Amino acid sequence: MSKANLLDRRQVVSALLADRKDVVAIGGLGASTNDITAAGDHARNFYLWGGMGGAAMIGLGLALAQPKLPVLVITGDGEMLMGMGSLATIGLQKPSNLSIVVLDNEAYGETGGQTSHTSAAADLVGVARACGIADSRAVTTMAEVEAFAKAVHDLSAGPRFANLKIDSASVERILPSRDGTYIVNRIRGDLGFQPI
Amino acid sequence: MHARADASDTAPNWPDDIFATLERFDVRQVPYVPDAGHSKLIQRVLASSTMRGIPLTTEEEGVALLAGAWTGGQRGVLLMQSSGVGNCINMLSLIPILRFPFLTLVTMRGEWGEFNPWQVPMGSTTQGVLELSGIKVLRASNAAEVPAVLEAAAAQAYNALTPTAVLLSQRLIGAKVFTK
Repeated sequence: MSKANLLDRRQVVSALLADRKDVVAIGGLGASTNDITAAGDHARNFYLWGGMGGAAMIGLGLALAQPKLPVLVITGDGEMLMGMGSLATIGLQKPSNLSIVVLDNEAYGETGGQTSHTSAAADLVGVARACGIADSRAVTTMAEVEAFAKAVHDLSAGPRFANLKIDSASVERILPSRDGTYIVNRIRGDLGFQPI
Repeated sequence: MHARADASDTAPNWPDDIFATLERFDVRQVPYVPDAGHSKLIQRVLASSTMRGIPLTTEEEGVALLAGAWTGGQRGVLLMQSSGVGNCINMLSLIPILRFPFLTLVTMRGEWGEFNPWQVPMGSTTQGVLELSGIKVLRASNAAEVPAVLEAAAAQAYNALTPTAVLLSQRLIGAKVFTK
C-alpha cells in the first residue's frame, strides 16, 4: 500500500547514483539490488543475489582496499538486520570512504511482505550510531537524500549511515546479471586489475 | 580461571612462520574472531604495517569482507576457531559464486584431549562442513609441518583460486586447560 509521506525507492536510488562519478555501489540481496539496476547498469555496480547480511561487509572490504574511492552500500532493512553486527565492525574500523543506505520498508518484500523488526521496535539509526558511526541519519526528504548523495563523495568524513523510510508499494522488477564472477571481474577490470 | 598448556615448554614459533608466509603472499586484510590459539598471530598482525587486523562480531562477516577486499584488489585471510566455521555456512556460498581467493586458518577445538564437551559437536563436523561447502582442507598437527602446509595452502588459494582451509590441530596448539 502506498503512503504519501514515504520516499519512493527508485527515486531515492536514482538520486543517490545520478552524479556517481567513481562510486562503487553495492546492492544488498533483495529489491535494493534491482533498484541499483533500474538506475542504470554500471561497471562499478556490485549486485548481490545471495549472502544475506553480507552487503555492508563487502562494502567494508572494498572501502579498506580502495581508500580513495567512495563506496556506497544500498541495502534493505531485512538484509541490514541480518548483518547488524557488521555495523559494530565498521564502527570500529571507521573507513572514511564508506557510506551505507538502508531502504527501510519495514518488511521482507521479496518473501511476501512479512513485517520486519524495524516496523515496530528496531531503530537502525540508533544501532549504527551506538556502534560508533557518528554520522547516522534518519532521512525523510528528497532534499536530505540529495545532501547525502553529495556527502558520499567526501572521503574524509565517513563512515556514514542513513536509514530511509520508503514506500512499500511494489515496483517493476528490473533484474541485473546473476553471474557473480562477471560482476566482480567487471568491477576489478574497471579499477585497473588484471585477471589472475 | 583457566590457562592453556602449550604443546611445547617454550613459546611456540609456528605463529611466526604463519605470519611470514602471509606477509610473503601480500596478504593485507586479516579479519578474525579471537581465539587463544590465534593470539600470537593476531598480535603480529595488529603490529604489522602492511596487514590490517579486523575484529569481527561473527565469522561470516569475514567471508563477505574478503569478497569486498578482492574486488578492491587486496588479498585476505580469515582467522577463526572451529566453532566459527558453523557460523559461516551460508556466506561460504559467495566463494564459488564470486570466485575470489579464500584462505582461512582454523584453530581446532573439540578434539585431542578436549575438556569441554560443548566444543565437540562442531569440532567433529568442522572438516566435513568445509568440504561440503567446496573448500579444500589441509591440516597441521605439529609445529614442524606448519611452514610447508601454510605455503601449500596460500599458494593454491591465491594462485589457483582454490578455496582452502588450514586446520591447526588441537595437538599443535595445545588443549585448553581449565583449573578451579
